[in-house]
Amino acid sequence: MGMTMTQKILAAHCQKTHLTAGEFVHVDLDMVLGNDITAPVAIDSYDQMEVKRVFDTNKIALVPDHFTPNKDIETANLAKKMRQFAKDNQIANYFEIGQMGIEHALLPEKGLVVSGDVVIGADSHTCTYGALGAFSTGIGSTDMAVGMATGKCWFKVPTAIKVVLTGELQDWSSGKDVILHLIGLIGVDGARYQSLEFTGEGLSSLTMDDRFTIANMAIEAGAKNGIFEVDERTIAYIEAHSERAAKVYRADSDAEYAQVIEINLSEIEPTVAFPHLPENTKTFNEIPEINIDQVIVGSCTNGRFDDLKVTAEILKGHKVHPNVRMIIIPATQKIYLDAVKAGYVEIFINAGAVVSTPTCGPCLGGHMGILGANERAVATTNRNFVGRMGHKSSEIYLASPAVATVSAIEGKLSSPRLFYKGE
Amino acid sequence: MKIFKYGDNVDTDVIIPARYLNITDPAHLAEHCMEDIDQSFCERVIEGDVIVAGDNFGCGSSREHAVIAIKASGVSCVIAKNFARIFFRNALNLGLTIIECEAAVDALTEADEIVVDVEKGEIKRVSDQKVFKFQPYPPFLLNMIQNDGLINTTKKTLKQEAI
Repeated sequence: MGMTMTQKILAAHCQKTHLTAGEFVHVDLDMVLGNDITAPVAIDSYDQMEVKRVFDTNKIALVPDHFTPNKDIETANLAKKMRQFAKDNQIANYFEIGQMGIEHALLPEKGLVVSGDVVIGADSHTCTYGALGAFSTGIGSTDMAVGMATGKCWFKVPTAIKVVLTGELQDWSSGKDVILHLIGLIGVDGARYQSLEFTGEGLSSLTMDDRFTIANMAIEAGAKNGIFEVDERTIAYIEAHSERAAKVYRADSDAEYAQVIEINLSEIEPTVAFPHLPENTKTFNEIPEINIDQVIVGSCTNGRFDDLKVTAEILKGHKVHPNVRMIIIPATQKIYLDAVKAGYVEIFINAGAVVSTPTCGPCLGGHMGILGANERAVATTNRNFVGRMGHKSSEIYLASPAVATVSAIEGKLSSPRLFYKGE
Repeated sequence: MKIFKYGDNVDTDVIIPARYLNITDPAHLAEHCMEDIDQSFCERVIEGDVIVAGDNFGCGSSREHAVIAIKASGVSCVIAKNFARIFFRNALNLGLTIIECEAAVDALTEADEIVVDVEKGEIKRVSDQKVFKFQPYPPFLLNMIQNDGLINTTKKTLKQEAI
């Protein structure tokens, strides 16, 4: 029996020619990632192991992005602890405020992940790098500690769901709508313990930013990882960003999949996940009038350049509705600067939106846009659980940057397709 | 012991909201465990209590603070129909007993008292001695649990390699 993409990458990283789903393996790691929330916990566990040095100073990335620039004394102390660890252990890939970005936008941009890599990160959205054809997955602080000490992590070899993409996205639909559609289809545990492997002729029409968004939310379907077949676009991205060469693993033609799902991209409509689960998806023909208080464009899901581009294109010449606070958060310093150069930031400010320095901030209810009681937000983020962005009675509607921006202008949950039809 | 029973998709944001992730002290985290889903949990929970829940327990964030908070609150075991994968490995890595047993979840109520035998793979309800069987852990994971989690297991392995 053949192997899936994921199984092949795992096999190559534990020096085996064949792996079967269900096996336990110890695999070699190409990158171990942590942030200002999870790394401090990992550092305590690391210290308990009494190892002399980390396994590789070039294969650990530490990114202060969640509560930074620090929101209070406690979080300043957490960031300080990570900073000191990075210094003491000569961690090459520590990114200080000024250099940093949201980790899952930053690592690909810095060329730290290429196709064929095995990456673990103490952050659930580490699955983002599957867009590059890497096996990457979220783990906890203990796994991160052991990863830093030994360069290895234990895994149970997963089965996979094959997602075959056909067609091409139509106007105002994006990668976000594709992944929300898929999560709506299979549910928040639809791919639990499994890989989601994306393939098919529709792939070629998806930009890298669309792919990052799709892979990023694989975890919201419970998946261990989401991974894209490598094509010319992937290789071009890696060549432009990394000094390392891509290693391409393709699924065997007789690889076994637990399920095959076909998605025709041409049929994907702007999609919104209603509170309080990402699987509660609706399209605009079934959405009633919902007034909103806040809009967030940003996060590791949708804070990339393409996301800011569509936001700027829609906002140009419009104003944010007086009842709405619109907060735009470029995911990295580079994206921020590129948005300044492209004139987007001027458009945002003229429209009455605020632009923040890169941070995960409000996505996880950290800072920079917390919701009060009964408030509603449309957010391009990834989770709409109870209390995720603030008060437990607040509501989050997950959507694409296009939907979020049109909603900011209208003051209510709105479709970009209807917005432009009406003009 | 008492049972606390919850539904499907209990996520890490309700187990320990991010507003408390500026702390790492287990006892302090335990003071806020489950508060957005069950305000009385922290007042009522005592050492040895059990959480019983439906599908996909622990979905969402990778924050190990969720396992730390549950463990520090005194909960001895979480029984669910199944667990989200990061929570699953975090729990085993930290030595919190977690059990996947659909039949027990369907049958048990907050009024029940149970006894759990992890090695045999059995949950016994005290009132009527009814036994719910579950798949015992494979040797790889059992070894980790018996060594009190991944850090201790790794420490031992590293010491042996050094010799």
